[in-house]
Amino acid sequence: MLASAALIFGLVMVLLVLAFRRRKGPGDEPQQVRIWIIGLGLVFPMSVLAALLVYGLAIGERLLPREGDDVARVGAEGRRWVWTFSYEDAPGRTTQDILHIPAGRPVDVAITTADVIHSFWVPRLAGKLDAIPGRVNTLRIEADAPGTYAGVSAEFSGAGYDRFTFSVTAHDAAGWDAFLKGDTE
Amino acid sequence: MNALERHRKLTAIWASEPGWRGWFSTVNHTDLGRMFLVTAFFFFIIGGLLAMLIRAQLATPQSAFAGPEIYNQIFTMHGTIMMFLFAIPTFEGLAIYLLPKLLGTRDLAFPRLTAYGFWCYVFGGTMLLVAMVLGIAPDGGWFMYPPLSGPLYSPGINTDFWLIGITFVEISAIAAAVEITVSILKYRAPGMSLDKMPIFAWYALITALMILTGFPPLILGSILLEVERAFGLPFFQAELGGDSLLWQHLFWLFGHPEVYIIFLPAAGVISTVLPVMCRTTLLGYGWIVAAAVSLAFLSFGLWVHHMFTTGIPHMGLAFFSAASTLVAVPTGVQIFAWIGTIWKGRPELRLPMLHILGFFATFVIGGLTGVMVAVVPFDWQAHDTAFITAHLHYVLFGGFVFPIFAGVYYWLPHFTGRRRFFHLGELAFALVFIGFHVTFLAMHWVGLLGQRRRIPTYAPEDGWTAINLISSVGSFVLAIGIGMILIDVILHALTAARGRRNPWRAGTLEWAMITPPPAYNLASLPHVTSREPLTQEPDLAVRLARGEGYLATPRHGWRETLTVDVASGRPDMHVLYPTNTLLPIIMSAVTGVFFLSLLLKFYWTVPLAVAGVAYLAWRWVWVLGRKEDLDALPMGHGITLLNAAMTDHSPGWWGTVFLLTANATFFGSLLFGFAFLWTVAPGWPPPAWFVASPVELGFGILGAALGCFAIGHAIVVNRRNGSPLPGLVLTLAGALAVAVACAAMMARTPSPEAHAYGATLFVLGSYGLFHAVLGALMASFLIARVLQGFTSPMRRAEFTIVGLWVGYLSVVGTLVLLAGHLPGLAS
Ligand code: HEM
Ligand SMILES: [Cu+2]
Repeated sequence: MLASAALIFGLVMVLLVLAFRRRKGPGDEPQQVRIWIIGLGLVFPMSVLAALLVYGLAIGERLLPREGDDVARVGAEGRRWVWTFSYEDAPGRTTQDILHIPAGRPVDVAITTADVIHSFWVPRLAGKLDAIPGRVNTLRIEADAPGTYAGVSAEFSGAGYDRFTFSVTAHDAAGWDAFLKGDTE
Repeated sequence: MNALERHRKLTAIWASEPGWRGWFSTVNHTDLGRMFLVTAFFFFIIGGLLAMLIRAQLATPQSAFAGPEIYNQIFTMHGTIMMFLFAIPTFEGLAIYLLPKLLGTRDLAFPRLTAYGFWCYVFGGTMLLVAMVLGIAPDGGWFMYPPLSGPLYSPGINTDFWLIGITFVEISAIAAAVEITVSILKYRAPGMSLDKMPIFAWYALITALMILTGFPPLILGSILLEVERAFGLPFFQAELGGDSLLWQHLFWLFGHPEVYIIFLPAAGVISTVLPVMCRTTLLGYGWIVAAAVSLAFLSFGLWVHHMFTTGIPHMGLAFFSAASTLVAVPTGVQIFAWIGTIWKGRPELRLPMLHILGFFATFVIGGLTGVMVAVVPFDWQAHDTAFITAHLHYVLFGGFVFPIFAGVYYWLPHFTGRRRFFHLGELAFALVFIGFHVTFLAMHWVGLLGQRRRIPTYAPEDGWTAINLISSVGSFVLAIGIGMILIDVILHALTAARGRRNPWRAGTLEWAMITPPPAYNLASLPHVTSREPLTQEPDLAVRLARGEGYLATPRHGWRETLTVDVASGRPDMHVLYPTNTLLPIIMSAVTGVFFLSLLLKFYWTVPLAVAGVAYLAWRWVWVLGRKEDLDALPMGHGITLLNAAMTDHSPGWWGTVFLLTANATFFGSLLFGFAFLWTVAPGWPPPAWFVASPVELGFGILGAALGCFAIGHAIVVNRRNGSPLPGLVLTLAGALAVAVACAAMMARTPSPEAHAYGATLFVLGSYGLFHAVLGALMASFLIARVLQGFTSPMRRAEFTIVGLWVGYLSVVGTLVLLAGHLPGLAS
């Protein structure tokens, strides 16, 4: 995407520079309209956009949560300025500012808020999704390998906003079992 | 009469009052356009200083320069000032100054309204500045999302300053938009058909229409949020049947078109200046107009792309993503038409041209990153990071500030009548260009590394330190550049030598006058037969000064001009303008008292202020008009025209049409909000429904029908030389009946503080009540006018204006009552 954007920008700049070097543009006025307005102004952007759209939708489709039986479900509730996480497989268990998930398995995060709008964002696992009062938004994330992933709240929420961060710990299968049994803090 | 005598006479008629009083009583568009521009640039400087504070804070990690409470105020005020107090007013000022000159006429349609709008802008802007000086400025970010900005989480007065101050300023935007629309459609030189209009007028027309349909959702949102904060009626609280997403919809329904409201006038400047710099004409005039129109339409269908992360259903995402990328097409048409124009001509690298090249480089990048963030998966990562802030500055600075600088340097000789002498501008441009790109390329980069927007500080471990420092250094280079432009302009205005007329050898009519322009613009009005009258007749200026055009002979001390048929440009009415008056500034001061009372919760002065505004508005209209008919008068060149007061579709009628357009958009947004809450918000159904009453409903609808019928009757009878009084009295009765029905509905609305259903119904009822009272006032006004002899079968313009308002009242009154009663009756 970046490369094609750079290319288009380059094209416009070259056309501008050439305009200063040439003595006279080609053709009469109707022909100029055909070249500049219909060719470069209409047809060119439309074809670029069509390509982009297909690409974007294809990626979007891949990001869509799909049903499966190995999906783990967790909850994330934002409140100024802590995240509280809950776990469907361990009822009653909550953690603060650290979300535990199994690695290598899809996880659905049910995102809610107890006060203002927040946004749940773990850049390396997925895009962001907002926590809206009165609603539950579900985000599918998946960590390929065990480890710790940094997360932030990405919707301005007042004075403590900059420190409103959390992390995600992805466990291997054994670690996840241990966590659910309550052996890990 | 020779040219000098004519100049003296016209000046005596059109000049503002001498001394300091002239500043406050002037209604002249040249004065007010200049005042608008100077004030807007003043706010640009303030906004720029705030930007410097932001960059100073972010230059180093863990900066202790400002704490979060202050920092949040700084960036909120920076965004707010730049968008509402700089960009929009700059367009208004430029359009107000230029349009009558470009269109070959003497003033805008409603001179007093221009002044009223200006003073509302000044007073509203001052309110926000005072808040900033006192350290209680808004701090919720420029889009003020509730519930963060709601009563629970922002209990202080900060947010109220924003909601009330911006609404006050918005009045000026609506006033200017009505004014600009009517002026472009009606106030042109004879012969100037729509296809001969200068391209800037097309852009200004489209922009003004967009303001009329784009701003009302924000005004509605601000009113609702302020009502929620001040009186506890819930609209945005999920627990009480409200929905914070309603605000986002209303805000972005305004906010996205806003971006084009800012860009299109700048595009108008480019389309005007660029061909002159290239010694040619614009390539593809018709295509450009079509592109701008389609951009305007498209921009109202895109607002959801600001909400991609709120959990919108997948289909919605796909639709709005596709639609958002689509704006690249009309934008592309314009960009390539401009480049084609350069190829067609012989470009010269003069100072305005440099800024236009700066525009190309910057805006194209901004457009490309814009297409990138329209792709949903990318936006999910980039949203709310510095990447977005960088993108929006490429669009706004590239798409607005560079073109405006080009315009400033292009029209500076016109503003001052001087020749450029100091050549600081070229160096300044280089600094601005380099500084800008360093600042914001770095911000793109650090945004991709994950730096969020709106954070007051970050940690050294984040690894953003070097990039932020580079960005901040760039911003100071940028600031120095802007400072130099300022100095250049001031030096020019104060000291440069007198220049010759039309230094750029442009073809448009604003150069057909002496500079700086006289108060009356053109000594006589030209007959236009081409898009570039000055190219066609290079001696046009002299001939107009000699009085070879229309309305060449000043008479009776009148400020007069003529209007034309919208499409063909055939002259159709003679217009007499009001002269200098303090009424606008007084009325906006009283309007200010109204807003200030709300802000400070001095509720007992609110009704006083409302009564004051009503009284002044009454006087406003009363002082116009005369007690005897005017014959059709000669305009020169063998044309005679009837005065506008003796027509059905006077300028006031046209103004009403467009004001009602904005009003209807407001009402439509309110109905949308009602339906949205009803169907989408969590927390419904409400605990209690409104108990419908067929009697009240029937009474109100009958009243609405009666008013509508009766005013129509009065209009017809008056024209046939009968007495309109019976019809007017019945109109009054009808309006009062609607008022009673709406008031009854409000009184019986189930506890408005307990649920969004009752709250919305209450607001709907007040809307109906307000218009009913307004209709009643207007009917009474007309009755008084008839009794005092201000009307006749000929002098009938006021009837059709009231007709429009009463007709509108009948429609909205009926809809309001149906919205309340129908659900109960149906079940
Ligand atoms: C004069 C040069 C300018 C500089 C150096 C500058 C710098 C900045 C910076 C650094 C931010 C980010 C604040 C943050 O996220 O923490 C920002 C925000 C913003 N700027 Fe500018 N800016 C400039 C001009 C403008 C102009 C001309 C406009 C509009 C016409 C504008 C509109 C905005 C808006 C709307 C925001 C968002 C505020 C918010 O998040 O609530 N800026 N600016
Ligand atoms: Cu947008």
